[in-house]
Amino acid sequence: MDTTHMTLAELQRLLHARELSAKDLLSEHMMRIDNVDGEVKAFLRTTPQLASQQAAEADRALKAGNAGQLAGIPLAVKDVLCVEGVETTAGSQILRGFKPPYTGTAVRRLFEAGAVMVGVTNCDEFAMGSSTENSGYFPTHNPWDLTRVPGGSSGGSASAVAAGEAVVSVGTDTGGSIRQPAALCGVVGMKPTYGRVSRYGLIAFASSLDQIGPLARSVEDAAILLEAMAGHDPLDATSSDRPNDVRRDFEAGVKGMRLGLPREYYEVDGIEPGVKAAIDKALEALRRAGAEIVDVTLPHTDYGLAAYYIIAPAECSSNLARFDGVRYGMSDQDAANVTDAYMQTRRKGFGTEVRRRVMLGTYALSSGYYDAYYLKAQKVRTLIKRDFDTAFEKCDAIVSATSPTVAFPIGSKTQDPLAMYLCDVLTLGGNLAGLPGISVPCGLSEGLPVGLQVLAPQWREDVALRVARAYEVASEMKVAVAPL
Amino acid sequence: MLARLDLEPGDEEFYAEQLSGILGHIDRLQQVDTDDIPPTAQVVEIVNQLRDDEPRPGLTQAQVLANAPAAQDGFFRVPSIQEEA
Repeated sequence: MDTTHMTLAELQRLLHARELSAKDLLSEHMMRIDNVDGEVKAFLRTTPQLASQQAAEADRALKAGNAGQLAGIPLAVKDVLCVEGVETTAGSQILRGFKPPYTGTAVRRLFEAGAVMVGVTNCDEFAMGSSTENSGYFPTHNPWDLTRVPGGSSGGSASAVAAGEAVVSVGTDTGGSIRQPAALCGVVGMKPTYGRVSRYGLIAFASSLDQIGPLARSVEDAAILLEAMAGHDPLDATSSDRPNDVRRDFEAGVKGMRLGLPREYYEVDGIEPGVKAAIDKALEALRRAGAEIVDVTLPHTDYGLAAYYIIAPAECSSNLARFDGVRYGMSDQDAANVTDAYMQTRRKGFGTEVRRRVMLGTYALSSGYYDAYYLKAQKVRTLIKRDFDTAFEKCDAIVSATSPTVAFPIGSKTQDPLAMYLCDVLTLGGNLAGLPGISVPCGLSEGLPVGLQVLAPQWREDVALRVARAYEVASEMKVAVAPL
Repeated sequence: MLARLDLEPGDEEFYAEQLSGILGHIDRLQQVDTDDIPPTAQVVEIVNQLRDDEPRPGLTQAQVLANAPAAQDGFFRVPSIQEEA
């Protein structure tokens, strides 16, 4: 029995039946990390001490019969989510050494349900990127082909699950940062509706777009993890008090459902033939399962990337103003005066992509350019949201590829920021409109995983999960741990 | 200067070239007719969640200063704000 290839649901049964101890499960995962992470580099740091404490606690609770539903499950956490006493750096040198004084709500809820944190996963610096190459530490490698990127920004969280180093992981998605790496690493990844999961304790990138979500080896696992994290939190004023009903009708299937296929997504520029073929096959499986595929249109798709690359950098330039070397992280204390100290700290601490976006955002918000850029982008955001509202009048959910391409070679897009930004062309609309979206593996192209994206109306995670689950059943899809 | 980024020699040209490429793409926004379209700052229905203004437990001074690169007498310490006269 190799526990590093099993699903959360399978392990849950074994743990609760006392056929497997949390301690043994943990040590198998720590051994797996020792064996493969030298090549994959999914983790920035492991947390063996915290993990053994949590595993011991889980075993006690399992024995006593009062264990939470995640008791003993090995979990990896993206380096943007604060965990008390565990170095959390947002993939940036500027936060090297920062140990948060508290644990954010989403992770705290997973801990309370009994999860065992094995380590902190690598990501693009401040979650800005689509390949994890912008990490201030080192790039992560795709477990399916170590010469390729895992996607990003939650590349470490996706590759840890794909490589059997953690059963589930937590990521964040601002423009596709959970769904795109999930697609490229052949795992399931979900971005919930904006407001579904509390962002308290998340190091902010773009506050009106950021959401925390699960990465897992099955749709059910993703649903279990999401349900455990979701729900109102008085510490995040944008978190919703709607019922936590994400697993409603999970197994109801797609018979009689209408799934919208947006022409603009289906025929997006740069979509690889192998990706298109995998999507066609997935659509056929959904049709066989009883869904009707209908044409819909999202006419402002061509403007999504432009609006996103005003709004996200504008918000980030303001959020990242706090990194000045005074309260935490890197600091230049030898500067002649405080202004020089800010400047030198930020020059040494921030990488190229972060600096690029801070400049872009500061420019877009500066007086004289505000109306032409920021306000204009916010108006276009309204139009993009209306496109989705109109489309959802004709269908229950929208289906497309998650990424136009499979995983690309490390280094192939780092010199061309715009080409890198285009990786998110099919996912960022979901963030601009606040929709829940899931990526589920739908086969291989050139030996590399392809992801099917399902977008649903706001607060209808249940619909996205139900469609993804129906696809999983219809296609007999089972997430394969990458051949390492 | 506004962003306090302290560019090094050569940086200006490097970023200028890349940012013009990105801004070139962004310029397509001007083709969209947005007359009478309201801006969207956030997308869900939640507005102005307020709470009672009551004291709640927070972090202690020691916790807050624990990550400070430099602290003194319970304060964050920074280099001088004004040059000596």
